[in-house]
Amino acid sequence: MNELGFPIISLVTFFPIFGVLILMFIDKDAKDTIRGTAMVFAMIEFFISLPLLFSFQNGTAAMQFVERYTWIKSAGISYFVGLDGISIWIIILTTFLTPLCVLCSWTYIQKRVKEFMICLLLLETAMLGALVSLDLILFYIFWELMLIPMYFLIGVWGGDNKIYAAVKFFLYTAAGSVFMLLAIFFLYYLNHKTTGVYTFDLLELYKLNIPVSTQFWLCLAFFVSFAIKVPMFPLHTWLPDAHVQAPTAGSVILAGVLLKMGTYGFMRFAIPLFPYASHQFTPVIAVLAVIGIIYGALVALIQPDMKKLVAYSSVSHLGYVMLGIFAFNMQGVQGGLYQMLNHGISTGALFLIVGMLYERRHTRMIKDFGGIAKVMPIYATFFMIATLSSVAVPGTNGFVGEFMILVGAFRAYPVLAVFATSGAILGALYMLWMYQRVMFQPLDNEENKVLKDLNAREIVTLLPLAILVFVMGFFPGYFLRKMDASCDHFLKTYKQQVAMYEQGLEEGGAKLAAVLEENNLQITLAD
Amino acid sequence: MLEFVVPALNLKAILPQLLLALTALTVLLVDVFAGKEGKTSLGTLSLVGVFAALLSLLLTRGSFESAYAGMLMADGFGFFITLIVCCVAFLTILASMNYERICPEIKAGEYYCLLLFAAFGMSFMGNAGNLIMIFVALETMSISIYVLAGFKRDDLKSIESALKYFLLGAFASGFLLFGFALVYGATGTLDIVKLGTFFTAHPEILHHPMVMGGIALMTVGFGFKIAMFPFHMWTPDVYEGAPTVVTGFMATGVKAAAFAALIRVFFVGFAPLQADWTTIMWVAALLTMTIGNLVAIAQTNIKRMLAYSSIAHAGYILIAFVVGTDLARSGVLFYLLAYAFANIGAFAVISAMGKKGEEYSELSDFAGVGFKYPLLGLMMTIFMFSMAGIPPAAGFMGKFFIFSEAIKSGYIWLAVFGVINSVISLYYYLGVIVRMYFQEPEREISIIAPAGTMILALSLAAFGVLQMGMFPSYIWNLARESAKMIM
Repeated sequence: MNELGFPIISLVTFFPIFGVLILMFIDKDAKDTIRGTAMVFAMIEFFISLPLLFSFQNGTAAMQFVERYTWIKSAGISYFVGLDGISIWIIILTTFLTPLCVLCSWTYIQKRVKEFMICLLLLETAMLGALVSLDLILFYIFWELMLIPMYFLIGVWGGDNKIYAAVKFFLYTAAGSVFMLLAIFFLYYLNHKTTGVYTFDLLELYKLNIPVSTQFWLCLAFFVSFAIKVPMFPLHTWLPDAHVQAPTAGSVILAGVLLKMGTYGFMRFAIPLFPYASHQFTPVIAVLAVIGIIYGALVALIQPDMKKLVAYSSVSHLGYVMLGIFAFNMQGVQGGLYQMLNHGISTGALFLIVGMLYERRHTRMIKDFGGIAKVMPIYATFFMIATLSSVAVPGTNGFVGEFMILVGAFRAYPVLAVFATSGAILGALYMLWMYQRVMFQPLDNEENKVLKDLNAREIVTLLPLAILVFVMGFFPGYFLRKMDASCDHFLKTYKQQVAMYEQGLEEGGAKLAAVLEENNLQITLAD
Repeated sequence: MLEFVVPALNLKAILPQLLLALTALTVLLVDVFAGKEGKTSLGTLSLVGVFAALLSLLLTRGSFESAYAGMLMADGFGFFITLIVCCVAFLTILASMNYERICPEIKAGEYYCLLLFAAFGMSFMGNAGNLIMIFVALETMSISIYVLAGFKRDDLKSIESALKYFLLGAFASGFLLFGFALVYGATGTLDIVKLGTFFTAHPEILHHPMVMGGIALMTVGFGFKIAMFPFHMWTPDVYEGAPTVVTGFMATGVKAAAFAALIRVFFVGFAPLQADWTTIMWVAALLTMTIGNLVAIAQTNIKRMLAYSSIAHAGYILIAFVVGTDLARSGVLFYLLAYAFANIGAFAVISAMGKKGEEYSELSDFAGVGFKYPLLGLMMTIFMFSMAGIPPAAGFMGKFFIFSEAIKSGYIWLAVFGVINSVISLYYYLGVIVRMYFQEPEREISIIAPAGTMILALSLAAFGVLQMGMFPSYIWNLARESAKMIM
């Protein structure tokens, strides 16, 4: 079983489903009961996920709390879950953000509350499942499953152009992932040819030596699938649509967790499975990441719509994460992981904040506002904290992540890092400019003069995020320590593998190349 | 002097089919002699009959044999096809009992009788060990279906559907029969197993024009029944016009039976020629799924859309046919069952969309249905996701088994085209969900509340879809054992 002698991961993953079952039996007109029930389940879910954090062993890179049961024996598919330093914080982030999403939807969602909460909880299970899966098919199933509730969240409760956004979101992501599925099959048979075992077990497949030419194509399939999810320039076009149309809770989950699935996928699947091909792809990815940083920032700068601005800032922020990971040094990778959390918190908070204003005024256009700080001082404070975190001011979480990424990037690619740094300046520009236009300037719109400040529920929603901004800004050590061993292991295996492949390629006729070649021949010939 | 031996009647080998036929005859008798009240019980009677057939099938499983001088192959493969046919018939009858209230024309003894005879024919097609047997079974099935398609006597579209299907179907049968005749002329046997041994023993005859011509004509005949490109033209019109429950029955049962016969003839009878037909089928698979999916996008009627989708699914199954390994054939069986559950379910939902004398089968009629009729909406969503191959529904597992086997056997491009097609198909499957949940209704439609039988049918189909999607081991192992035992 595992350290706790208790299937804790399964409990955490599937607990929201219980909530769904209970919600199904509540009368659909008892809206407050539905909201309350969903909230209770989301909170319990958060609390039962905490033991994962507290019993987590910092010193090891091995998978923890592992559970494994045979699922489809003849095909070698098993229910195999576990977590390590790479996934632990994203899991906690997921269970942390879900109750906030329930809270922020309390009055925002008035129609079909029951179905909304059901989708939200289903989505939570799917996301957690994808984060803990160590079997490729299990992962794929959860990965696709995430699309369904998100599709409904956008399509049913979204804005005016919701259908376009929902279908685009679904098709984009699904189109990317089917090629990953084929690559998974290929890997599966390659493994069978080499070891004689049919398995989708990720840890077994890590050990596989894949011929370089094959690796390139398999890696490409995985990369495209994850790059769409991240989203990396130029595959990002679904994101602004999805974000703008989605209800606030949908945007928060989308930005907070779903996008991290892409970067997480790179670290968990694509890079360790195909180290040499990743190595070959590194320059491309790094350049695209930097383009994403600058492009996202420039486009954000000119957005008239606050939500769209935040959406494009996501493209920019995720560019940093990718740059950090593909710097392949400790600072970069850890910074990338840290930035994933930061982005979840700061962008999550920004979406909440924009949503709160939208709920009051039913517009998100920057030009409709001005001088809001005078009528909504508490709101202005939270907005300021989220803005500062997003522009990475020292003392906030954003600074730690961005700083580490840039340090890592300077070590790996000095020239690119210079460009990336300019993105940080642009980031300050678009965020602070938006803040200025919305919160300061004369309060000349009559409608804005009667705006009510945040109520208790809204303060409770934002407060945990605001606190975390500073906690993560001042005490990054606690968070980073849990990632240390896993990041170290990730880098070490990556470098070893790349060195091995390079040696094999250099020696040409050496044994390794021969073995690889043989594999290659076998796989190209149909049996 | 020739000694005439009376063959011992091996009833056990044909017990399920026998039960289907007996029930059909009983239904006919009850219809004649029972009064008005008796007629309402015809559906129940048929249900019991199909259930008994299913039960006998499961109980006699394992005693695989060749019976009636090789005419009948009661083997694992036939077992699985009969299983699919029984499930399909059972769900169709359940849905029909609800559909009676919307379309009163089908409230006649002949309806259930023909349905059962069609199932009888389908089952024999899966078990046939002789080309003549295949033809007789095919005609039993087809003639019943021709009549069923035209059952709405006063509806022009239904009549058109029946006539079109009959004319083209008769033509296709002619092709098939002529193909059989050519092969018989070349080899002197109609027994499928003997054909295989004959070709192995006489490789020189393999590429004789008569054999090649025979195979080409058979491909046309079978291709028509499975709706393979370019013999798919009839599908949309026939599917649209036929009574909705019959459409579901046709789309699943006929397809399963025709694929069964196709596989048996080609893999047992013409196995030595595999290399020759693989290329043709490769192209056919690609075109079938691509044309099916692309044209489906443009449809505004859901029955037509599902007709094109059924063409596309035939294409996916043809991928497995091209791959041709044992596991690929198991994949075909698994896929046919998964497809049957989802498709029958979807057509059942469509058949429930109506009130007396009025049916709603335009896609725009589905706007807002998801929230207005939550059960129908939820069920349709499950079936659509299954057909689109999104986990955790059965369609995903079906595609999983087929595509992974294709990759393993080196048909990488075919698998790539297969998944590209899956993505294309997502667009129109999602379109149904978009209308049901994301759009407001354009006009008010009111439908009669689905009867208990309909709810049962939908629940069973949804259970099948989810069970095969989440815990496919049992059915998959069954399919693997069945596909291995093809005699």
